[in-house]
Amino acid sequence: MANPQTMIDLRDVSKTFVMHLQGGSEIPVVRNVSLSVRQGECVVLGGASGAGKSSILKMIFGSYRCEDGTILVRDGGEQVDVARAAPRRILELRSRTLGYVSQFLRVIPRVSALDIVAHSARMSGTPDDAAIARARELLAQLLIPERLWTLPPATFSGGEQQRVNIARAFAADRPVLLMDEPTASLDAANRAVVVDLLAEAKSRGTAILGIYHDEDTRRLVADRVVDVSVFAASGSAS
Amino acid sequence: MTDIPLLAAQNVAYSYGSRVGCIDISFDLYEGEVLAIVGESGSGKSTLLSVLSTQLAPSNGTVSYRMRDGVMRDLTALSEAERRLLLRTDWGFVHQDARAGLRMGVSAGGNVGERLMAVGWRHYGNIRHEAADWLSRVEIDPARMDDRPTQFSGGMRQRLQIAKNLVTRPRLVFMDEPTGGLDVSVQARLLDLVRGLVDDLGLAAIVVTHDLAVARLLSTRMLVMRHGRIIEHGLTDQVLDDPREPYTQLLVSSVLQA
Repeated sequence: MANPQTMIDLRDVSKTFVMHLQGGSEIPVVRNVSLSVRQGECVVLGGASGAGKSSILKMIFGSYRCEDGTILVRDGGEQVDVARAAPRRILELRSRTLGYVSQFLRVIPRVSALDIVAHSARMSGTPDDAAIARARELLAQLLIPERLWTLPPATFSGGEQQRVNIARAFAADRPVLLMDEPTASLDAANRAVVVDLLAEAKSRGTAILGIYHDEDTRRLVADRVVDVSVFAASGSAS
Repeated sequence: MTDIPLLAAQNVAYSYGSRVGCIDISFDLYEGEVLAIVGESGSGKSTLLSVLSTQLAPSNGTVSYRMRDGVMRDLTALSEAERRLLLRTDWGFVHQDARAGLRMGVSAGGNVGERLMAVGWRHYGNIRHEAADWLSRVEIDPARMDDRPTQFSGGMRQRLQIAKNLVTRPRLVFMDEPTGGLDVSVQARLLDLVRGLVDDLGLAAIVVTHDLAVARLLSTRMLVMRHGRIIEHGLTDQVLDDPREPYTQLLVSSVLQA
């Protein structure tokens, strides 16, 4: 891609939790995080468990607050500072631009797997028929047996739920994708499918910031690895 | 994205004599947004809902609403006839106890049809057809149309109440503990239904609930109330995943995990 634009740009982002139920104790998470991700690039967050990788993704998505620093996400011709934007602006950003996949599928109990994935495509503007077609294609690609498609995923195995979640994220085809260990409980065959989907998304120009614990996935998808422990908020880093 | 809110509350307060019901309430609600108001019993959330929906007149402050002609009007300045028309057409109100929102002596079809007649529908066949359509949308067999709500289960009554409220295509629906008192399986079905309808119709809704799981599934924004005041507000996932206030942290950490 000629001249890829910067889609995510973090500058001096810090996060501390204040635990009021424990006498107001402060738990520093990260300090002065600066990183950026361009179109078509996949940046992987590395570092030990507890280093703050998930917290960084959640601040970018807006589900964690960010008191210090700026979190710029490109939304069409505009840059939105998620750390300061009104809730309504963040919702708009999420519906058009910013996708997030966690390890956990959180859905309304009775909705079928197919509807969950198709709904995600519809929400980002795909017409009804095309949304259902795209959902079927993704579920098949992610090796979810067709007899499960019309069932709600509550009773699925952990790996199947995770794949429905991944299908949902790719159905929306948003230009920025945050992935929090989406491959945690997948077998090798399924991880390979996810690697293919990530490669396709990158070639379409999607900017991806992710956490992938398994070494193979990381090696296959990462353009760069950012070690989050350099942003440690406590200890000698100060 | 229009920048004029659908409903705006400014410094709203309501007192029961010397006792505060709610105080210093300011927020904007935009089209298509679902706002959850959460808090424990006595936090003032139901009082606030009554003020917003004009059932109580605020002791202080104003609530304004963008009418269908695009003009923001102060709700306390509406005439009684205008207010009633708003309630019957542009708004819905889903009560926790379906009996409060239904006429129990009138058939299911009649309950739904009544609202259509209030907005000028006259043709019996059309009314019956539309009522049957709405009963099936809320998953009540249209064959039960001539039965009275007294013959329905709690979950069916609640779905009937929702059909009655939505048949006139309101732009704003108030819901007071809409899943309270229902069995868990019935709750799930109702939540699924409400969310689908909100998405399809592009409704704005204000949902009062003490159930944080209900708030998470239905709403995009959240207000947390305590002692009559808003103590925290923001995106629903932000308030629930990264609560800032001591009281909100307590509420969130007190939820039983299934």
